[in-house]
Amino acid sequence: MNWLTEPFAHEFMRRAAFGCALIGFLNGFLGAFIVLRRLALMADALSHSLLPGLALGVLVFGLAPTGLFAGALAAALIVAIGSQLISRNSRVKEDTSIAILYTMAFSAGVILLNKVKSPVSLHHYLFGNILGLSNSDLWMNYGIALVTIPLVVALQRPLLVALFEPSVAKSQGIHVAWLNYLLMSLLVVTMISSLQAVGVALALGLLIAPAATIYLLSDSATAMFWGGGILGALGSCMGLLISYWLNAETGPCIVLLLGVFFLAAYLLSPRYGMVLKLLRRKHFHEESLERWKEG
Amino acid sequence: MSDHSLKVSDLTVSYQRIPALHHVEFSTRCGQCMALIGPNGAGKTTLLKTLAGLLKPESGRVEFHGRRVTRGTKDFAYLPQRENIDWDFPLTVRGLVEMGRYLRVGWAGRFSKSDDNAVDRAIAEMELEGFEDRQISALSGGQQQRAFLARSLAQEAHVFLLDEPFTGLDQPTTDALSATLKRLAADGKLILASHHDLATVPSLFSEVLLLNGELIVAGKTSDVFTEANIARAYSAAVFAGRKHPHHHTHELAH
Repeated sequence: MNWLTEPFAHEFMRRAAFGCALIGFLNGFLGAFIVLRRLALMADALSHSLLPGLALGVLVFGLAPTGLFAGALAAALIVAIGSQLISRNSRVKEDTSIAILYTMAFSAGVILLNKVKSPVSLHHYLFGNILGLSNSDLWMNYGIALVTIPLVVALQRPLLVALFEPSVAKSQGIHVAWLNYLLMSLLVVTMISSLQAVGVALALGLLIAPAATIYLLSDSATAMFWGGGILGALGSCMGLLISYWLNAETGPCIVLLLGVFFLAAYLLSPRYGMVLKLLRRKHFHEESLERWKEG
Repeated sequence: MSDHSLKVSDLTVSYQRIPALHHVEFSTRCGQCMALIGPNGAGKTTLLKTLAGLLKPESGRVEFHGRRVTRGTKDFAYLPQRENIDWDFPLTVRGLVEMGRYLRVGWAGRFSKSDDNAVDRAIAEMELEGFEDRQISALSGGQQQRAFLARSLAQEAHVFLLDEPFTGLDQPTTDALSATLKRLAADGKLILASHHDLATVPSLFSEVLLLNGELIVAGKTSDVFTEANIARAYSAAVFAGRKHPHHHTHELAH
């Protein structure tokens, strides 16, 4: 068992494992809503728009987590609201306007981060740096989890109704638009937490893959967010270990492993897996033919 | 004032200031199965959505049991068109029917014994026992309709607002759904359903409301479902717009 315990002899690995479990759970948990609401592209755009905010945060506040947090939040909000404004007031649809704005924001972020004399390299913002997790980063992640998870659990029923049938939700007096804004805000906050683990470029994988995997395994929405959280936490910790053994980068290891989980579910899920679909009889016709012969 | 009636007066509904329904007035009582009939764009779905509280009317009022209807009422249950439902949603029949109790239990409250019983009763009444754990796409079309009706039953709704419930159903399923709706009406529910197959109206519905932007006529099927009235509803020229002082335009919306 030495190979398993040895990595955790290092303080930085223990800290990283805590961070991975926390960040993985938070992302997997919220991912269920993004999958069900089909917001994956929106989430991708938001994660990329965080970059210029991070750069400005470094410029104005230095490396303080609150400064980075404020900058990233502001940048994501500007892109989200800006794309809404453009699509509402012109013939351009939302996916187009958001694509333009987020690539603009991302480009600005890359240029800014190279110009700013930051002790943290652009590479770390893009692909994560979980081994460099500081205490204040950990505290920020605890804070985010402490706000996000209880809020989502408390609002579980209206969220589910609003996701399943927005029109019925409205008729029941649920403020669907406000719930959407809330979900978006929680998404941005969660993305900020995942930056440390997997970076701007890979955040989407950590968010979506666990929930999508459970989606192929279960018919319960509750299982989707709790299961997504657990799978996200497990996958992130395992990814961390793998990266230690292979001496590879952590963020990509985590996202790759979560992707492998998803593909395994796609192939092997007892309910919706491809393998079972192929093994099953092609057509009821054969069954009815047999019955007919028997009769 | 419990006279078991739904009363709609002077209802005008607009999309971005272009009215889709003009000054609609009618009343009906619990125990009826009423069809909303009219050409595309006549405002059938608009009327259903307004009654469900999804659209805010520009003028007019809706009263049920003599009381003005507000959004979030437990008395009304709205069932959207089939194609507007995400059938792959991770939801079982029981989960769907439980949603009907949310309005009563509240967003955080625990399900009590009586809530569970109401869910069981609704499932039994819609003959879905044994299907509770099925995901909603793993049901036949008729079972899917009944599962949504069971949710409305669990809500203890009195007015069922159905958008094209018979569309896409084969003959035996249509007959079964019709029997179910008639049974609900006999139990004192009020069914309002948009419908487009004129041939089946007399056999399915006890009352008819003919619509074409404005109300053509509403009443007992045997009285008002006449060739002359149908022709009025389906002739494009019917709505000219009576002169009346108003700030909206009179172009017909889609």
